Amino acid sequence: MRRNLMIGGALSALMVLAALVSFVWTPFAHTAMDIPAKLQPPNGTHWLGTDHFGRDILSMIMVGARTSIAVAFVAVGIGVGLGVPLGLWAAARQGGWVDEIIMRGNDLIFAFPSLVIAILITAIFGAGAVNAIIAIGIFNIPVFARVTRGGALPLWAREFILAARVAGKGAARISVEHILPNLANLLIVQATIQFSLGILAEAALSYVGLGAQPPTPSWGRMLADAQTLVSIAPHMALVPGFAIILTVLGLNLLGDGLRDALDPRLREART
Amino acid sequence: MLRYTLKRLLSLLISLAIASLVIFAVIEVAPGDPASFMLGMNAQEDTLAALRAELGLDQSKFQRYLTWVTGMMQGDFGTSYQYRTPVAGMIADRLWVSLPLALYALLLSTAIAFPAGIYAAARRGKPGDMGVMGATQLGVAIPNFWFAMMLVLIFAINLRWFSAGGFTGWDKGVFAALKSLTLPAIALALPQAAILARVMRSALLDVLGEDFMRTARAKGLSRGQALRRHGLRNAMIPVLTILGLQFSFLLAGGIIIEQVFYLPGLGRLIFQSISARDLIVVESVTMLLVFAVIMVNFAVDLAYAAVDPRLRART
Repeated sequence: MRRNLMIGGALSALMVLAALVSFVWTPFAHTAMDIPAKLQPPNGTHWLGTDHFGRDILSMIMVGARTSIAVAFVAVGIGVGLGVPLGLWAAARQGGWVDEIIMRGNDLIFAFPSLVIAILITAIFGAGAVNAIIAIGIFNIPVFARVTRGGALPLWAREFILAARVAGKGAARISVEHILPNLANLLIVQATIQFSLGILAEAALSYVGLGAQPPTPSWGRMLADAQTLVSIAPHMALVPGFAIILTVLGLNLLGDGLRDALDPRLREART
Repeated sequence: MLRYTLKRLLSLLISLAIASLVIFAVIEVAPGDPASFMLGMNAQEDTLAALRAELGLDQSKFQRYLTWVTGMMQGDFGTSYQYRTPVAGMIADRLWVSLPLALYALLLSTAIAFPAGIYAAARRGKPGDMGVMGATQLGVAIPNFWFAMMLVLIFAINLRWFSAGGFTGWDKGVFAALKSLTLPAIALALPQAAILARVMRSALLDVLGEDFMRTARAKGLSRGQALRRHGLRNAMIPVLTILGLQFSFLLAGGIIIEQVFYLPGLGRLIFQSISARDLIVVESVTMLLVFAVIMVNFAVDLAYAAVDPRLRART
């Protein structure tokens, strides 16, 4: 079953490509207003139509992809950077007080309604991409800590870890040299899933006006602009919506595909 | 069981204490003084001081924290800076929208997800399964606020079956009130249903491979009978966990959907309070939501332990 991997990979690559190409070329300048040409449905000149200021929607989608990718990517980076070491540490001290504190801390963060806290953080410290990243990133930390710990625990009971201990390696060195490489697959799959959740969260935050601020285009804010005009210019809502859906769908399929491809046991179980 | 319950209760109390400290701290570092925000730029210094004293803002941080926490334990959530009314009353009003909305969405998501998940598991690997799984992939990828906009476009603007937003209120009759919550509930339920259907399917598939299912078939039950009598019951454990989590998510997750439909619920209350710097309301509503999530998790944990003695032994 490589179909998920192919479709997911293609959709994800398309989004990354759109973001990269936007640095050197977009059909129009994404901030260029052309009021006489406002609210045009998709046509030969403006492939995906124009918005209420006559801005080219395709150009805005391409530049908006940069925002989405950047926010989600750094937020996943925060989760991996802090969550994975915490998870490794907890697993190395399984049952001890370090493990207990880290896991209870995890439960605590999970108990917070993430969107409410994200809104709280961005509202108090100011709306903008950086605070959105922090707000989304914080909730990635317990996810990666838990996945890392869960994956690491069974490894600690394996012979090759015993061998490493006999060879005199300490817990920290074993975690980095032997446990971490064996968790790479698991973490790559989880990162893909968190990436897609990050895209959704960024869209939600910028939809309520707490994400990237104008003139930086973002898919969520394009949807907010479209809301009052949805009956006369539905393409304004449809295009950013499809951009988000296809990106998230692509990343989720990619995650599923990677899991199947990277885990031979699953492949056997499926056939 | 008693020892387990006590242990979980202790960790529940610690969680609540830390959560309240974190929320209090976040609100404390928020820039801006509520008193000067309420009285505007030209307020006299002595008026400001009087208002600060009235709001209790002149007390030490520690004292304010204690007042807040002990007040909440007695059902006193403080007084709104903006409206000068008890926050508890404001929350109670909004709960009449948010709670039914969350329950409605939960009901819809269960009604969609259970049959879909069971169907997919029974048809594993066949086109029916693939169809359901494809639909769930799409369901988790659609942002619920975008879906809400599409529902408004189709069912409110074009077909005119529902109003595009607002809440009629329960005094206009249960049917009218439920009708104004229908589109928001559908929008909220969609991604939840997709997740729940996937969990249902994989939980059932896990159970179907068990020895006792083969025994059930061997003693003469049909596939459907075995699935209903032995499969479903055992698959319910992971499904119930997700269901518990989803309820608290729906309660808090309505925040965006309430914005789309202009519903006067808890989410909108938080939003309005944030923009009006009415921080005591934000603080108390956030704490209430966290409390709800922690309590639901606690109840789910206890329910497990009651059902499955192995969990008790593990602690």
